[in-house]
Amino acid sequence: MASTGDLEPTHYPARRAAQVALHYLNTHHGSPFRVFGLQQVHKASAEDVEAGGRKYKLDFSVTDWASGSAGPALRCSADVLFPRTERHSAPDVKLRCEALQQINRTAQEEEAFYQKHITPDSAVSARDIPDSYGNMSEEMQPFWRLARVAASFIMLRESSENTEFNMAQVASVTQQESSEEQLMLEFVVLLHDLPSQEIVQWKLLASWSPDRGVRVLQTEWQPRCPHATKPPN
Amino acid sequence: MRGLLVLTALFVAVFGKVTFEGDQVLRITAQDAKQIALLKELPEEILGLDYWMSPSRVSLPVDVHVPFHSLQAVRAFLAYHQIPYHVMIENVQDLLDDEQREMVKYRSFPRSTDDFVYTTYHDLNSINSFMDMLVAENSNLVSKIEIGKSYEGRSLDVLKFSTGANRPGIWIDTGIHSREWITPASAIWSAKKIVTDYGRDPVLTDILNNYDIFLEIIANPDGFAYTHSNDRMWRKTRKPNPGSSCVGVDPNRNWEVGFGGSGASSNPCSQTYHGPSIHSEPEVKAIVDFVKSHGKLKAFLSIHSYSQMLLYPYGYTSTPAKDQAELHELARKAVSELQSLHNTAYTYGSVITTIYQADGITIDWTYEQGIKYSYTFELRDTGRYGFLLPADQIIPTAEETWLALMAIMEHTRNNPY
Repeated sequence: MASTGDLEPTHYPARRAAQVALHYLNTHHGSPFRVFGLQQVHKASAEDVEAGGRKYKLDFSVTDWASGSAGPALRCSADVLFPRTERHSAPDVKLRCEALQQINRTAQEEEAFYQKHITPDSAVSARDIPDSYGNMSEEMQPFWRLARVAASFIMLRESSENTEFNMAQVASVTQQESSEEQLMLEFVVLLHDLPSQEIVQWKLLASWSPDRGVRVLQTEWQPRCPHATKPPN
Repeated sequence: MRGLLVLTALFVAVFGKVTFEGDQVLRITAQDAKQIALLKELPEEILGLDYWMSPSRVSLPVDVHVPFHSLQAVRAFLAYHQIPYHVMIENVQDLLDDEQREMVKYRSFPRSTDDFVYTTYHDLNSINSFMDMLVAENSNLVSKIEIGKSYEGRSLDVLKFSTGANRPGIWIDTGIHSREWITPASAIWSAKKIVTDYGRDPVLTDILNNYDIFLEIIANPDGFAYTHSNDRMWRKTRKPNPGSSCVGVDPNRNWEVGFGGSGASSNPCSQTYHGPSIHSEPEVKAIVDFVKSHGKLKAFLSIHSYSQMLLYPYGYTSTPAKDQAELHELARKAVSELQSLHNTAYTYGSVITTIYQADGITIDWTYEQGIKYSYTFELRDTGRYGFLLPADQIIPTAEETWLALMAIMEHTRNNPY
């Protein structure tokens, strides 16, 4: 039941494609002090392409969750291509956002956060962020954002026209030793897929530094209970 | 200068009281040893200063709690000597009030619904006692009905708000998916809102003088208990599935209309498992029986989270509902009311076009029963916190949702059928 041509911007086909573009944006520009969320889709259309994929053209706005309600909205446009292959393959995204380069106001905070935790005796370890009641300490916020950015790599990779991922919770964060001037963090994250309503658990190893940004080194899907279902793809 | 300071402080101290209202905590960053020496000379006792971090070395900040009556003098002193500082705590009493509220939260037994803490998430016991207190305090307006028992034997309770007999009714349910904690939290606030506004707000009073309101705060108590004891992310009921180690049925895929279609799963391990048969879940059957035996429900509002949407039938088919135009326009109005309060953006439309195809859902059945104003809400947020919505959003969410509920109830009242 696919729609082609102009799409209703508030309905799910456009929204899912926009969310994929958001995951892409966060993998490239996310940091402990910057995570983008979808504010609004302004215009959207879709068309079938050769080799059986579907390409979405989107015009949308995003906000930076880290800048609270004060943050301005950024205007973006994206082409999101969902391939049609036997086995699932990741969507392809081309993205342009205005004024992205001008956002370097977080450089100081990033540097301070990096210096604080790159010391040899830093051994951050925490569970359930936020907790069941939605509480998250100030100290944990940058780690939550890092997890959200790292999770974006997985969410981007796993997305299709039939999924809509968010990160439900950081089950755990454990700082690892690192010899490479990168913060090394092992996360266990819970992802929520809206259409299937499934909670999918992934363990991942990510590195971050102000210079190199977030990189995801390993990912491992984890069952949540003895007979858990596999991820949607 | 110092003499003036002492005189001022003495004068004001005579009129001081024991409260921390207006007191501030300043963080002073002395620039050199001379400034540290100056700080040490401040008359602590007279000014009522309480050092959290005393002046010692230049490299360390000086944190000081300054009573309100000494603030002007201290700030003048710092300005005169050009000692940099900033305000760390704007009003100490506010902080103490917050702490007091936090402590009250952990009080096991609020004595009344005025004592109840609406700004936190509660467990089953606490919600049950809230309902009993509300009924006891408003027995001429509110009663509690048991419409059935859950799989694990818990009471399925509905609050009935009624000012007369044989009235048509409006139904609201929350908590049918147990991990959606913001929904019962909003319902609790709304229940209190109803008893507060009856007799005060003309629109609500008029509605209640003509319609009953039925509010089922925890439609899935087994699941809800499980989210507290075992798995915060549990969605379904807790009924075992024969032949499977996976437990539970999605209570919003278990309804008759569209049952078993592709918008639900036939896998017991799935979050959207429709169950072995239509209305197989006692939690669902109880509502079905209630609706049928009441016979005069005119609006049915089933509240979920998250996504910030107001949805009308159908979920199982893209054929538009007969009343689509009216339902769409009413949704537009309700969403506009909601947004007017905190600027929260909602999307609206039919289930199948707006969120996803879903088969065997509540409102498709209630609509087919003839309850025209059948809507599903998806409350805050849009995925940032998702199910783990911070408690400080409970009241804003409840307040804005209430405006949408009122819009729908008012329209129902003004358009009898």
